[in-house]
Amino acid sequence: MSSIPKELKYASTHEWVRNEGDGTFTVGISEHAQDLLGDMVFVELPEVGDTVSAGDDVAVAESVKAASDIYAPIAGEIVAINEELEDAPETVNSDPYGDGWLFRIKAEDPSEVESLLDAEGYQAVIDED
Amino acid sequence: MANRTPLYDAHVKAGAKMVDFHGWDMPLNYGSQIEEHNAVRQDSGVFDVSHMTIVDVAGLQAKAFLRKLLANDIAKVSVPGKAQYSAMLNEKGGVIDDLIVYFFSDESFRLVVNSATRERDMAWIDAVAKSFQVTITEQTELGMLALQGPKAADKLKLVLGAEAFAQVDGMKPFMSEQVGDFFIATTGYTGEAGYEIVVPAHALEKLWDDLLNVGVQPCGLGARDTLRLEAGMNLYGQDMDENVTPLEANMGWSVAFEPSDRDFIGREALEKQKAEGHDKLVGLVMREKGVLRQGLKVVVDGGEGVITSGTFSPTLGFSIAMARVPNSVGDTAEVEMRKKFVTVSVVKPGFVRNGKALV
Repeated sequence: MSSIPKELKYASTHEWVRNEGDGTFTVGISEHAQDLLGDMVFVELPEVGDTVSAGDDVAVAESVKAASDIYAPIAGEIVAINEELEDAPETVNSDPYGDGWLFRIKAEDPSEVESLLDAEGYQAVIDED
Repeated sequence: MANRTPLYDAHVKAGAKMVDFHGWDMPLNYGSQIEEHNAVRQDSGVFDVSHMTIVDVAGLQAKAFLRKLLANDIAKVSVPGKAQYSAMLNEKGGVIDDLIVYFFSDESFRLVVNSATRERDMAWIDAVAKSFQVTITEQTELGMLALQGPKAADKLKLVLGAEAFAQVDGMKPFMSEQVGDFFIATTGYTGEAGYEIVVPAHALEKLWDDLLNVGVQPCGLGARDTLRLEAGMNLYGQDMDENVTPLEANMGWSVAFEPSDRDFIGREALEKQKAEGHDKLVGLVMREKGVLRQGLKVVVDGGEGVITSGTFSPTLGFSIAMARVPNSVGDTAEVEMRKKFVTVSVVKPGFVRNGKALV
Protein backbone atom coordinates (compact mmCIF):
# COMPACT_ATOMS: atom_id res chain seq x y z
CA MET A 1 0.00 0.00 0.00
CA SER A 2 1.62 3.24 -1.10
CA SER A 3 1.44 6.45 0.88
CA ILE A 4 -0.99 9.23 -0.14
CA PRO A 5 -0.50 12.28 2.10
CA LYS A 6 -3.81 13.85 3.17
CA GLU A 7 -2.59 17.45 2.83
CA LEU A 8 -1.98 17.16 -0.92
CA LYS A 9 -4.28 17.32 -3.94
CA TYR A 10 -4.00 14.85 -6.82
CA ALA A 11 -4.69 14.50 -10.53
CA SER A 12 -6.03 11.21 -11.87
CA THR A 13 -2.85 11.09 -14.01
CA HIS A 14 -0.86 10.59 -10.75
CA GLU A 15 0.57 14.07 -10.18
CA TRP A 16 0.35 15.59 -6.68
CA VAL A 17 -0.03 19.31 -5.91
CA ARG A 18 0.99 21.14 -2.74
CA ASN A 19 -0.27 24.63 -1.90
CA GLU A 20 2.73 26.72 -0.83
CA GLY A 21 0.42 29.46 0.50
CA ASP A 22 1.85 32.21 -1.68
CA GLY A 23 -0.12 31.57 -4.84
CA THR A 24 2.37 28.94 -6.02
CA PHE A 25 1.86 25.20 -6.12
CA THR A 26 4.52 22.47 -6.12
CA VAL A 27 3.96 19.45 -8.37
CA GLY A 28 5.42 15.95 -8.28
CA ILE A 29 4.35 12.39 -9.00
CA SER A 30 2.81 10.08 -6.43
CA GLU A 31 4.53 7.21 -4.72
CA HIS A 32 2.20 4.89 -6.60
CA ALA A 33 3.29 6.41 -9.94
CA GLN A 34 7.02 6.10 -9.23
CA ASP A 35 6.45 2.51 -8.16
CA LEU A 36 4.67 1.71 -11.43
CA LEU A 37 7.44 3.33 -13.48
CA GLY A 38 10.40 1.78 -11.64
CA ASP A 39 13.89 3.27 -11.40
CA MET A 40 13.94 6.75 -12.91
CA VAL A 41 16.80 7.46 -15.34
CA PHE A 42 15.96 10.87 -16.82
CA VAL A 43 13.53 13.61 -15.94
CA GLU A 44 12.82 16.28 -18.54
CA LEU A 45 11.40 19.41 -16.96
CA PRO A 46 9.71 22.49 -18.43
CA GLU A 47 11.52 25.86 -18.59
CA VAL A 48 11.05 28.46 -15.90
CA GLY A 49 8.78 31.13 -17.41
CA ASP A 50 6.75 28.70 -19.53
CA THR A 51 3.02 29.34 -19.47
CA VAL A 52 1.02 26.12 -19.25
CA SER A 53 -2.62 25.09 -19.35
CA ALA A 54 -4.14 22.37 -17.19
CA GLY A 55 -3.64 19.04 -18.95
CA ASP A 56 -0.62 20.12 -21.04
CA ASP A 57 2.20 17.57 -21.16
CA VAL A 58 4.98 19.62 -19.60
CA ALA A 59 7.51 17.07 -18.38
CA VAL A 60 8.68 13.52 -19.06
CA ALA A 61 9.66 10.95 -16.47
CA GLU A 62 11.77 8.31 -18.16
CA SER A 63 12.39 5.13 -16.21
CA VAL A 64 14.11 1.86 -17.03
CA LYS A 65 10.68 0.65 -18.10
CA ALA A 66 9.02 3.49 -20.02
CA ALA A 67 8.82 7.19 -20.83
CA SER A 68 5.81 8.75 -19.21
CA ASP A 69 4.32 12.20 -19.83
CA ILE A 70 3.63 14.40 -16.84
CA TYR A 71 0.72 16.83 -17.15
CA ALA A 72 0.24 20.26 -15.61
CA PRO A 73 -2.55 19.76 -13.04
CA ILE A 74 -3.46 23.48 -13.15
CA ALA A 75 -2.86 26.45 -15.45
CA GLY A 76 -0.24 29.09 -14.74
CA GLU A 77 3.42 30.00 -15.08
CA ILE A 78 6.33 27.72 -14.23
CA VAL A 79 8.28 29.62 -11.55
CA ALA A 80 10.74 26.94 -10.44
CA ILE A 81 12.02 23.53 -11.50
CA ASN A 82 13.89 20.92 -9.47
CA GLU A 83 17.33 21.11 -11.10
CA GLU A 84 18.73 18.53 -8.69
CA LEU A 85 16.90 15.85 -10.68
CA GLU A 86 19.29 16.35 -13.60
CA ASP A 87 22.01 14.51 -11.69
CA ALA A 88 19.83 12.50 -9.32
CA PRO A 89 16.61 11.39 -11.06
CA GLU A 90 16.36 8.53 -8.55
CA THR A 91 15.22 11.09 -5.94
CA VAL A 92 11.79 10.82 -7.57
CA ASN A 93 11.79 7.16 -6.46
CA SER A 94 13.24 7.62 -2.99
CA ASP A 95 11.37 10.78 -1.93
CA PRO A 96 8.46 11.41 -4.32
CA TYR A 97 6.65 13.85 -2.01
CA GLY A 98 9.76 15.68 -0.81
CA ASP A 99 13.11 16.19 -2.58
CA GLY A 100 11.71 14.44 -5.65
CA TRP A 101 9.36 17.33 -6.52
CA LEU A 102 9.35 18.34 -10.20
CA PHE A 103 8.24 21.95 -10.72
CA ARG A 104 6.33 24.85 -9.15
CA ILE A 105 3.47 26.71 -10.83
CA LYS A 106 2.16 30.21 -10.09
CA ALA A 107 -1.54 29.54 -10.50
CA GLU A 108 -3.57 31.56 -12.96
CA ASP A 109 -6.63 30.79 -10.84
CA PRO A 110 -5.82 29.21 -7.44
CA SER A 111 -9.40 27.98 -7.09
CA GLU A 112 -8.68 25.53 -9.95
CA VAL A 113 -6.85 23.41 -7.37
CA GLU A 114 -10.13 22.76 -5.56
CA SER A 115 -11.38 20.69 -8.48
CA LEU A 116 -8.49 18.21 -8.10
CA LEU A 117 -8.84 14.95 -6.16
CA ASP A 118 -8.27 14.70 -2.43
CA ALA A 119 -6.33 11.76 -0.96
CA GLU A 120 -9.44 9.61 -0.72
CA GLY A 121 -10.49 10.38 -4.29
CA TYR A 122 -7.00 9.54 -5.56
CA GLN A 123 -6.99 6.27 -3.60
CA ALA A 124 -10.20 5.37 -5.42
CA VAL A 125 -8.48 6.04 -8.79
CA ILE A 126 -5.62 3.70 -7.85
CA ASP A 127 -8.03 1.01 -6.66
CA GLU A 128 -9.81 1.07 -10.02
CA ASP A 129 -6.58 0.40 -11.97
CA MET B 1 -2.67 -20.22 -11.85
CA ALA B 2 0.86 -19.26 -12.72
CA ASN B 3 3.79 -21.59 -12.10
CA ARG B 4 5.94 -20.86 -9.09
CA THR B 5 9.54 -21.83 -8.46
CA PRO B 6 10.49 -23.38 -5.09
CA LEU B 7 11.72 -19.89 -4.12
CA TYR B 8 8.40 -18.06 -4.48
CA ASP B 9 8.01 -17.48 -0.72
CA ALA B 10 11.65 -16.51 -0.38
CA HIS B 11 11.21 -13.85 -3.08
CA VAL B 12 8.17 -12.39 -1.38
CA LYS B 13 10.04 -12.41 1.94
CA ALA B 14 12.93 -10.52 0.30
CA GLY B 15 10.48 -7.82 -0.82
CA ALA B 16 10.18 -8.81 -4.47
CA LYS B 17 7.74 -7.23 -6.85
CA MET B 18 6.38 -10.35 -8.55
CA VAL B 19 5.29 -10.31 -12.20
CA ASP B 20 4.05 -12.81 -14.74
CA PHE B 21 6.85 -14.04 -17.00
CA HIS B 22 5.50 -16.42 -19.66
CA GLY B 23 3.29 -18.20 -17.15
CA TRP B 24 5.70 -18.02 -14.21
CA ASP B 25 5.42 -15.75 -11.16
CA MET B 26 8.91 -14.26 -11.09
CA PRO B 27 10.60 -11.38 -9.24
CA LEU B 28 10.94 -8.18 -11.31
CA ASN B 29 13.03 -6.48 -8.64
CA TYR B 30 13.49 -6.35 -4.87
CA GLY B 31 13.29 -2.54 -4.69
CA SER B 32 15.69 -1.01 -7.20
CA GLN B 33 16.66 -2.81 -10.39
CA ILE B 34 19.56 -0.39 -10.91
CA GLU B 35 21.05 -1.23 -7.50
CA GLU B 36 20.73 -4.92 -8.35
CA HIS B 37 22.40 -4.32 -11.70
CA ASN B 38 25.29 -2.46 -10.08
CA ALA B 39 25.74 -5.18 -7.46
CA VAL B 40 26.38 -7.71 -10.25
CA ARG B 41 28.87 -5.42 -12.02
CA GLN B 42 30.74 -4.49 -8.83
CA ASP B 43 30.23 -7.34 -6.35
CA SER B 44 27.76 -10.20 -6.71
CA GLY B 45 24.11 -10.94 -7.33
CA VAL B 46 21.93 -14.04 -7.45
CA PHE B 47 19.00 -14.77 -9.78
CA ASP B 48 16.40 -17.50 -9.46
CA VAL B 49 16.37 -19.12 -12.90
CA SER B 50 14.48 -22.23 -11.85
CA HIS B 51 11.85 -21.52 -14.48
CA MET B 52 14.34 -22.57 -17.15
CA THR B 53 13.95 -26.05 -18.58
CA ILE B 54 16.63 -28.68 -17.97
CA VAL B 55 16.62 -31.63 -20.36
CA ASP B 56 18.97 -34.59 -20.15
CA VAL B 57 19.80 -36.45 -23.34
CA ALA B 58 21.23 -39.97 -23.07
CA GLY B 59 21.69 -43.01 -25.27
CA LEU B 60 23.84 -44.68 -27.88
CA GLN B 61 22.97 -42.05 -30.49
CA ALA B 62 22.83 -39.01 -28.19
CA LYS B 63 25.72 -37.33 -29.98
CA ALA B 64 24.40 -38.05 -33.47
CA PHE B 65 21.00 -36.73 -32.39
CA LEU B 66 22.42 -33.40 -31.15
CA ARG B 67 24.52 -33.03 -34.32
CA LYS B 68 21.24 -33.21 -36.26
CA LEU B 69 19.19 -31.08 -33.84
CA LEU B 70 21.57 -28.17 -33.26
CA ALA B 71 23.30 -25.59 -35.45
CA ASN B 72 26.50 -25.71 -33.45
CA ASP B 73 28.52 -28.94 -33.56
CA ILE B 74 28.85 -30.69 -30.22
CA ALA B 75 31.56 -32.90 -31.77
CA LYS B 76 33.88 -29.87 -31.42
CA VAL B 77 33.71 -30.48 -27.67
CA SER B 78 35.77 -33.26 -26.14
CA VAL B 79 36.40 -32.28 -22.52
CA PRO B 80 33.77 -33.75 -20.13
CA GLY B 81 31.81 -30.93 -18.45
CA LYS B 82 32.39 -28.47 -21.30
CA ALA B 83 29.42 -26.28 -22.30
CA GLN B 84 28.49 -25.00 -25.77
CA TYR B 85 26.02 -22.28 -26.83
CA SER B 86 23.82 -23.30 -29.74
CA ALA B 87 20.68 -22.53 -31.68
CA MET B 88 17.96 -25.08 -32.40
CA LEU B 89 16.55 -24.27 -35.84
CA ASN B 90 13.52 -25.16 -37.91
CA GLU B 91 13.85 -26.24 -41.56
CA LYS B 92 13.67 -22.59 -42.67
CA GLY B 93 16.65 -21.75 -40.46
CA GLY B 94 14.48 -19.85 -37.95
CA VAL B 95 15.52 -20.02 -34.29
CA ILE B 96 13.19 -22.28 -32.27
CA ASP B 97 15.32 -21.56 -29.23
CA ASP B 98 18.85 -20.79 -28.09
CA LEU B 99 20.31 -23.05 -25.45
CA ILE B 100 23.38 -24.38 -23.71
CA VAL B 101 24.52 -27.99 -24.15
CA TYR B 102 26.73 -29.62 -21.55
CA PHE B 103 28.88 -32.53 -22.74
CA PHE B 104 29.52 -35.37 -20.28
CA SER B 105 30.24 -38.24 -22.69
CA ASP B 106 29.22 -39.19 -26.23
CA GLU B 107 26.16 -40.85 -24.69
CA SER B 108 25.25 -38.24 -22.08
CA PHE B 109 24.44 -34.53 -22.42
CA ARG B 110 22.38 -31.87 -20.67
CA LEU B 111 20.46 -29.05 -22.36
CA VAL B 112 19.26 -25.88 -20.63
CA VAL B 113 16.54 -24.19 -22.70
CA ASN B 114 14.27 -21.16 -22.25
CA SER B 115 11.09 -21.41 -20.21
CA ALA B 116 9.05 -19.21 -22.54
CA THR B 117 9.44 -21.77 -25.34
CA ARG B 118 9.30 -24.92 -23.20
CA GLU B 119 6.34 -26.70 -24.79
CA ARG B 120 7.40 -26.02 -28.35
CA ASP B 121 11.00 -26.99 -27.54
CA MET B 122 9.97 -30.28 -25.96
CA ALA B 123 7.65 -31.14 -28.84
CA TRP B 124 10.42 -30.43 -31.37
CA ILE B 125 13.10 -32.30 -29.41
CA ASP B 126 10.81 -35.32 -28.97
CA ALA B 127 9.87 -35.32 -32.66
CA VAL B 128 13.49 -35.23 -33.86
CA ALA B 129 14.49 -37.82 -31.22
CA LYS B 130 12.11 -40.39 -32.74
CA SER B 131 14.68 -41.21 -35.41
CA PHE B 132 17.48 -41.82 -32.92
CA GLN B 133 18.28 -44.27 -30.11
CA VAL B 134 18.08 -41.63 -27.43
CA THR B 135 16.22 -40.96 -24.19
CA ILE B 136 14.95 -37.43 -23.45
CA THR B 137 14.30 -36.65 -19.78
CA GLU B 138 12.98 -33.31 -18.60
CA GLN B 139 14.28 -32.68 -15.07
CA THR B 140 11.39 -31.01 -13.27
CA GLU B 141 12.75 -31.70 -9.76
CA LEU B 142 15.76 -29.46 -10.27
CA GLY B 143 16.01 -25.76 -9.57
CA MET B 144 18.66 -23.35 -10.76
CA LEU B 145 20.38 -20.22 -9.47
CA ALA B 146 22.68 -17.85 -11.34
CA LEU B 147 25.37 -16.37 -9.08
CA GLN B 148 27.11 -13.60 -11.03
CA GLY B 149 29.65 -10.87 -10.47
CA PRO B 150 33.37 -10.29 -9.78
CA LYS B 151 32.92 -11.54 -6.19
CA ALA B 152 30.89 -14.62 -7.20
CA ALA B 153 33.78 -17.03 -6.58
CA ASP B 154 34.50 -15.57 -3.12
CA LYS B 155 30.85 -15.89 -2.17
CA LEU B 156 30.53 -19.43 -3.47
CA LYS B 157 33.63 -20.43 -1.51
CA LEU B 158 32.09 -19.04 1.68
CA VAL B 159 28.91 -21.04 1.09
CA LEU B 160 30.42 -24.33 -0.10
CA GLY B 161 33.44 -24.38 2.19
CA ALA B 162 37.04 -24.49 0.96
CA GLU B 163 37.12 -28.23 0.33
CA ALA B 164 34.07 -28.43 -1.95
CA PHE B 165 34.95 -25.14 -3.63
CA ALA B 166 38.39 -26.49 -4.57
CA GLN B 167 36.63 -28.67 -7.17
CA VAL B 168 35.54 -25.59 -9.14
CA ASP B 169 38.30 -23.18 -8.13
CA GLY B 170 39.85 -21.60 -11.24
CA MET B 171 37.42 -23.38 -13.57
CA LYS B 172 37.52 -21.81 -17.06
CA PRO B 173 34.41 -20.18 -18.58
CA PHE B 174 31.85 -22.57 -20.07
CA MET B 175 32.88 -25.56 -17.94
CA SER B 176 30.89 -27.52 -15.39
CA GLU B 177 31.45 -29.88 -12.49
CA GLN B 178 29.17 -31.94 -10.27
CA VAL B 179 29.99 -31.08 -6.65
CA GLY B 180 27.88 -33.20 -4.32
CA ASP B 181 24.27 -32.22 -4.95
CA PHE B 182 25.27 -29.17 -6.97
CA PHE B 183 25.89 -29.06 -10.70
CA ILE B 184 28.08 -25.97 -11.01
CA ALA B 185 28.78 -24.33 -14.38
CA THR B 186 30.78 -21.23 -15.25
CA THR B 187 28.08 -19.84 -17.49
CA GLY B 188 25.76 -16.86 -17.22
CA TYR B 189 23.80 -14.09 -18.86
CA THR B 190 25.41 -10.95 -17.49
CA GLY B 191 28.88 -10.50 -19.03
CA GLU B 192 30.49 -11.05 -15.62
CA ALA B 193 32.28 -14.05 -14.16
CA GLY B 194 30.03 -16.34 -12.17
CA TYR B 195 28.12 -19.57 -12.01
CA GLU B 196 24.89 -21.21 -12.90
CA ILE B 197 24.13 -23.81 -10.27
CA VAL B 198 21.61 -26.61 -10.74
CA VAL B 199 20.29 -27.89 -7.44
CA PRO B 200 17.65 -30.43 -6.34
CA ALA B 201 14.45 -28.43 -5.71
CA HIS B 202 14.42 -29.31 -1.99
CA ALA B 203 17.91 -27.86 -1.49
CA LEU B 204 17.32 -24.66 -3.44
CA GLU B 205 16.03 -22.42 -0.66
CA LYS B 206 18.94 -23.30 1.63
CA LEU B 207 21.46 -22.33 -1.07
CA TRP B 208 19.53 -19.11 -1.75
CA ASP B 209 19.47 -18.20 1.95
CA ASP B 210 23.15 -19.05 2.38
CA LEU B 211 24.09 -16.77 -0.53
CA LEU B 212 21.98 -13.89 0.81
CA ASN B 213 23.54 -14.39 4.24
CA VAL B 214 27.04 -13.83 2.83
CA GLY B 215 25.91 -10.56 1.27
CA VAL B 216 24.91 -11.58 -2.26
CA GLN B 217 22.27 -9.22 -3.68
CA PRO B 218 19.03 -10.91 -4.83
CA CYS B 219 18.33 -9.76 -8.40
CA GLY B 220 15.17 -9.84 -10.49
CA LEU B 221 14.22 -9.98 -14.15
CA GLY B 222 14.69 -6.21 -14.55
CA ALA B 223 18.40 -6.32 -13.74
CA ARG B 224 18.76 -9.56 -15.70
CA ASP B 225 17.53 -7.74 -18.81
CA THR B 226 19.78 -4.67 -18.48
CA LEU B 227 22.81 -6.84 -17.67
CA ARG B 228 22.35 -9.17 -20.64
CA LEU B 229 21.73 -6.26 -22.99
CA GLU B 230 24.91 -4.47 -21.83
CA ALA B 231 26.72 -7.77 -22.44
CA GLY B 232 25.26 -7.91 -25.98
CA MET B 233 23.42 -11.17 -25.35
CA ASN B 234 20.19 -11.93 -27.17
CA LEU B 235 16.81 -12.42 -25.52
CA TYR B 236 14.68 -15.06 -27.20
CA GLY B 237 11.36 -13.66 -28.46
CA GLN B 238 12.83 -10.16 -28.75
CA ASP B 239 16.14 -10.28 -30.59
CA MET B 240 15.32 -13.48 -32.44
CA ASP B 241 12.49 -15.96 -32.88
CA GLU B 242 11.42 -18.68 -35.28
CA ASN B 243 11.17 -16.18 -38.16
CA VAL B 244 14.75 -14.97 -37.70
CA THR B 245 17.87 -16.96 -38.55
CA PRO B 246 21.05 -16.97 -36.43
CA LEU B 247 22.79 -15.07 -39.25
CA GLU B 248 20.33 -12.21 -38.75
CA ALA B 249 20.72 -12.31 -34.96
CA ASN B 250 24.49 -11.98 -34.43
CA MET B 251 24.64 -15.73 -33.76
CA GLY B 252 26.50 -16.71 -36.93
CA TRP B 253 29.55 -17.57 -34.80
CA SER B 254 27.54 -20.37 -33.17
CA VAL B 255 26.65 -22.03 -36.48
CA ALA B 256 29.13 -24.76 -37.44
CA PHE B 257 29.08 -25.07 -41.26
CA GLU B 258 32.15 -27.31 -41.04
CA PRO B 259 32.33 -30.25 -41.45
CA SER B 260 30.31 -29.66 -44.61
CA ASP B 261 28.72 -33.12 -44.55
CA ARG B 262 26.99 -32.60 -41.18
CA ASP B 263 23.31 -32.32 -42.10
CA PHE B 264 21.86 -30.25 -39.24
CA ILE B 265 18.29 -29.00 -39.39
CA GLY B 266 18.15 -25.60 -41.09
CA ARG B 267 21.50 -25.97 -42.83
CA GLU B 268 20.17 -25.69 -46.37
CA ALA B 269 18.20 -22.52 -45.58
CA LEU B 270 21.19 -20.88 -43.89
CA GLU B 271 23.56 -21.71 -46.77
CA LYS B 272 21.12 -20.15 -49.21
CA GLN B 273 20.71 -17.06 -47.03
CA LYS B 274 24.45 -16.75 -46.58
CA ALA B 275 24.91 -16.72 -50.35
CA GLU B 276 22.08 -14.26 -50.98
CA GLY B 277 22.82 -11.81 -48.15
CA HIS B 278 20.76 -10.88 -45.14
CA ASP B 279 20.01 -8.30 -42.44
CA LYS B 280 22.17 -8.14 -39.36
CA LEU B 281 21.86 -7.38 -35.67
CA VAL B 282 23.94 -4.39 -34.55
CA GLY B 283 24.39 -2.40 -31.38
CA LEU B 284 23.26 1.22 -31.05
CA VAL B 285 24.62 3.83 -28.64
CA MET B 286 22.89 7.12 -27.85
CA ARG B 287 24.85 9.48 -25.62
CA GLU B 288 22.18 12.15 -25.30
CA LYS B 289 19.17 12.11 -23.00
CA GLY B 290 16.45 9.59 -23.65
CA VAL B 291 16.08 5.84 -23.87
CA LEU B 292 16.06 3.69 -27.01
CA ARG B 293 13.11 1.31 -26.79
CA GLN B 294 12.10 -1.93 -28.45
CA GLY B 295 10.05 -1.38 -31.62
CA LEU B 296 11.46 2.02 -32.58
CA LYS B 297 12.22 2.52 -36.27
CA VAL B 298 15.87 2.82 -37.30
CA VAL B 299 16.88 4.49 -40.57
CA VAL B 300 20.29 3.45 -41.93
CA ASP B 301 22.22 3.67 -45.20
CA GLY B 302 20.25 1.63 -47.68
CA GLY B 303 17.05 1.08 -45.75
CA GLU B 304 15.19 0.76 -42.50
CA GLY B 305 15.37 -1.51 -39.48
CA VAL B 306 13.93 -1.84 -36.01
CA ILE B 307 15.16 -1.87 -32.41
CA THR B 308 14.76 -5.38 -30.99
CA SER B 309 15.91 -4.52 -27.44
CA GLY B 310 16.66 -1.16 -25.91
CA THR B 311 17.36 0.16 -22.45
CA PHE B 312 19.12 2.70 -20.30
CA SER B 313 22.53 1.26 -19.44
CA PRO B 314 23.12 1.72 -15.70
CA THR B 315 26.84 1.00 -16.09
CA LEU B 316 27.40 3.46 -18.94
CA GLY B 317 24.87 6.13 -17.94
CA PHE B 318 23.31 6.39 -21.41
CA SER B 319 21.06 4.36 -23.63
CA ILE B 320 22.01 1.28 -25.66
CA ALA B 321 20.06 -1.00 -27.95
CA MET B 322 20.21 -3.85 -30.41
CA ALA B 323 18.63 -3.36 -33.80
CA ARG B 324 18.08 -5.49 -36.87
CA VAL B 325 19.08 -3.47 -39.94
CA PRO B 326 20.05 -3.95 -43.60
CA ASN B 327 23.60 -5.16 -44.10
CA SER B 328 24.46 -1.85 -45.82
CA VAL B 329 24.39 -0.03 -42.45
CA GLY B 330 27.19 2.49 -41.84
CA ASP B 331 28.66 3.96 -38.64
CA THR B 332 25.55 5.90 -37.67
CA ALA B 333 21.78 5.51 -37.78
CA GLU B 334 18.74 7.72 -37.22
CA VAL B 335 16.17 6.66 -34.65
CA GLU B 336 12.73 8.21 -34.50
CA MET B 337 12.13 9.17 -30.86
CA ARG B 338 9.22 11.14 -29.53
CA LYS B 339 8.48 12.73 -32.92
CA LYS B 340 12.07 13.67 -33.82
CA PHE B 341 15.02 11.85 -35.38
CA VAL B 342 18.13 11.35 -33.26
CA THR B 343 21.52 10.27 -34.65
CA VAL B 344 23.04 7.29 -32.83
CA SER B 345 26.31 5.35 -33.29
CA VAL B 346 26.31 1.84 -34.70
CA VAL B 347 28.61 -0.63 -32.93
CA LYS B 348 29.01 -4.38 -32.52
CA PRO B 349 26.49 -5.71 -29.99
CA GLY B 350 28.34 -5.86 -26.67
CA PHE B 351 28.67 -2.76 -24.53
CA VAL B 352 30.07 -3.87 -21.16
CA ARG B 353 32.23 -6.87 -20.26
CA ASN B 354 33.64 -7.72 -16.83
CA GLY B 355 32.60 -4.34 -15.45
CA LYS B 356 34.37 -2.40 -18.24
CA ALA B 357 32.81 -0.27 -20.96
CA LEU B 358 33.42 -1.53 -24.52
CA VAL B 359 31.99 1.59 -26.19
